[in-house]
Amino acid sequence: MSTARALQPGAGLKLLNGGFMTLWVIVALFPMVWIAVMSFRAPVDALATNPLDVLLGPVTLRQSGGLSVIGIVLGLVALIGLFIAPGRIARAMIPRMGKVWLGWLVTCALFAALAAIVLLGALPLAVRAAEWLLAPIPLVGTLGKPFIGTTIDHYRAVWVTHEFWRNFLNSMVVTFGVVTVSLTVGTLAGYALARSGSNLAFWLLIIALVFRALPHSVLVTGYVPLFLQSREALQPLWDSAALGWFLKLFSAQAPTLYGQPIAIIFVLVSINQPFTIWMMRSFFANIPRELDEAARVDGCGYLGAFRRVIMPVMWPGVLTTGLFSFLLAYNDYLVTALLLDAQSQTMVPAISQFLNRDTRAADQIEAIAAAVSIAAPLFLLVMVFQKQIVSGLTQGAVKG
Amino acid sequence: MKFRTFAIFVGPSVVLMLLFIAWPLVSVLIDSFHVSRPVMETVSVEVCTPGFLTQTCTREETIRPLVDAAGQPVTERLYVGLESYRQLLQPDVIAHAFSAGGKGLGEVLNIEFFRALRFTITFTLVTLPLVVGLGLVLAIAMNAVVAQLRGVLIFATLLPFIITPVIGALSIRWLFVGDAVLTNFLEWLTGHPVAMFAQGWTIEILMYTYRVWHVAPFAFIIFYAGLQTLDQDALESAIVDGASRWERLRLVIIPHLAPLIIFVSLIHLMDAYRVFDEVIGFSSQAHVISLQYLTFNFLMPDQTGGRAVSRAAASSMLTMIGIVILLIPLLARTWRDHKRGR
Repeated sequence: MSTARALQPGAGLKLLNGGFMTLWVIVALFPMVWIAVMSFRAPVDALATNPLDVLLGPVTLRQSGGLSVIGIVLGLVALIGLFIAPGRIARAMIPRMGKVWLGWLVTCALFAALAAIVLLGALPLAVRAAEWLLAPIPLVGTLGKPFIGTTIDHYRAVWVTHEFWRNFLNSMVVTFGVVTVSLTVGTLAGYALARSGSNLAFWLLIIALVFRALPHSVLVTGYVPLFLQSREALQPLWDSAALGWFLKLFSAQAPTLYGQPIAIIFVLVSINQPFTIWMMRSFFANIPRELDEAARVDGCGYLGAFRRVIMPVMWPGVLTTGLFSFLLAYNDYLVTALLLDAQSQTMVPAISQFLNRDTRAADQIEAIAAAVSIAAPLFLLVMVFQKQIVSGLTQGAVKG
Repeated sequence: MKFRTFAIFVGPSVVLMLLFIAWPLVSVLIDSFHVSRPVMETVSVEVCTPGFLTQTCTREETIRPLVDAAGQPVTERLYVGLESYRQLLQPDVIAHAFSAGGKGLGEVLNIEFFRALRFTITFTLVTLPLVVGLGLVLAIAMNAVVAQLRGVLIFATLLPFIITPVIGALSIRWLFVGDAVLTNFLEWLTGHPVAMFAQGWTIEILMYTYRVWHVAPFAFIIFYAGLQTLDQDALESAIVDGASRWERLRLVIIPHLAPLIIFVSLIHLMDAYRVFDEVIGFSSQAHVISLQYLTFNFLMPDQTGGRAVSRAAASSMLTMIGIVILLIPLLARTWRDHKRGR
């Protein structure tokens, strides 16, 4: 969009504007960047009063080595390569596999393998080799000398010693479950709500709006006693003649829902359902009615029209709504902290185990490393899906 | 669309919402009028201690929980009416506070529930104008940046919004806790020793700051989208009419964004009223708590493993009354729009 010449701000205003944006970007990024830097330093450096010590990590350098200029350059090259790679792989694989979804699956698998090989094997080796080769050469050799102290001890402590990978897997199970179930159920409902102008549809949407505003603690208060005593409460269903034989296929006894990730999936899906159906409804409202009406004139039922005509064009909306479901499930603290036990805990509530230990200097840095570990996947997510997030946010607003 | 088809499409979603939202609401309402407690029995036990010649025996009456055949304590459920609400609101303390010799509002704020309510309301009202204001300024500033830079800047701006709230709060806490960077910076700036986590009001300031930092990007992206649909002709005619930059902002841009400002404010009201993650992230429970945290705390098992479900239910219901009051204007407006639309 071009702005008319008369609307262009003057030089002074431009400078002010630039200064403001710079300041904001620093404010927006500083907390996360700073704790990310801290998580790679030995406790003495990370908690040092001099900010330069935190940035450069002199003690860390002495204790466990660090990064050299060569290392940083090679690392950047590898990262840029990995940033470009998915697109290249997708372009090569998708035509070959015949089916689009199969192509994407192969792409994801190949990319994951490539990233693992490069980051865990090839990159450290290459850096080591380059530093060793260049070391005897004067001047150039200094580039190979480590100068920023870096350690991954805290990450090792978090992921290996404290078995954070278990929480990571729980998070993945819950998040994946929430996204798939929520989208399947929400897409159908959103479509019907967009196409039906009845009063019932209107009232459903209003009730959903009220539900959207409910504090989650209110709902969780309802779940807690029920989840703790679900075995006693549900046993009659298992003993009943009509349903019992069916339910016994899944488990011999009624389950205790407390501490079950599957139960959490349904709780989070339901909590998220009001938002999902509002969002999907506004997406479907943007797809012209004529499209599926034409299909129905040609002899499709509603379900047929949905499958053949709507499904091919709905993916942008589904992707955006899915992202928000992902964020809700992944970021949740309140529900998961109360309804899951230590074994089935997801990552975000699990961080409190690091916060409450404060005996060693390393404890705080381990908590920071855990926090960075939780934030990193979100960072990647925004990088890949920025456009969808922006369009999703703005679409909801413009529709009201 | 026939009702049957509609029902098939909407069915699963409605069932989920009934089962996991409507049903818990009803059960919370019922729970708030009841308490569950272990049934106690009084037994008289003869306790004998070895003594010289004869044992010394005494009969003692002890109270212990009744145990069923499986060894589980038996609990009973009692209807207590508004007792749980009374424990939360403590009307006698309020009455005392405002009677002669009482300490007034200060005494009321010692009650946990009112402490939480006070913070929740202050939090909502303080952050609201800041979020809308910062969002607006960011959107207008972003609109003036060269197009090539906007992608990167929007990416950077969105990060605080996407980040897990607890983690975002923690990241700010770690900048201020103990001798961390920004505490040092503040000490250097003011020349006084600074301890941000030693008293309530400094923690509150950090919580407001965090929330504005977290939500302003959301307001920004909405307003930014709104600015893209701004009618350029209206702006140009305003210039022809000799409107200054400030007048253009006040008379053309703000009215254009007005519906979006209302939208953002409403969403923010709902979300700020639910403030919870900040209390966890800043570990502020000793000084400041919110309504959701109050309920959360009742639900967490205490040292004996018990959960104060009925008090949690009562505080949930009170929290809900608050959100309903907040929502009434919005619902009324939607209803009017719907009527007009038909």
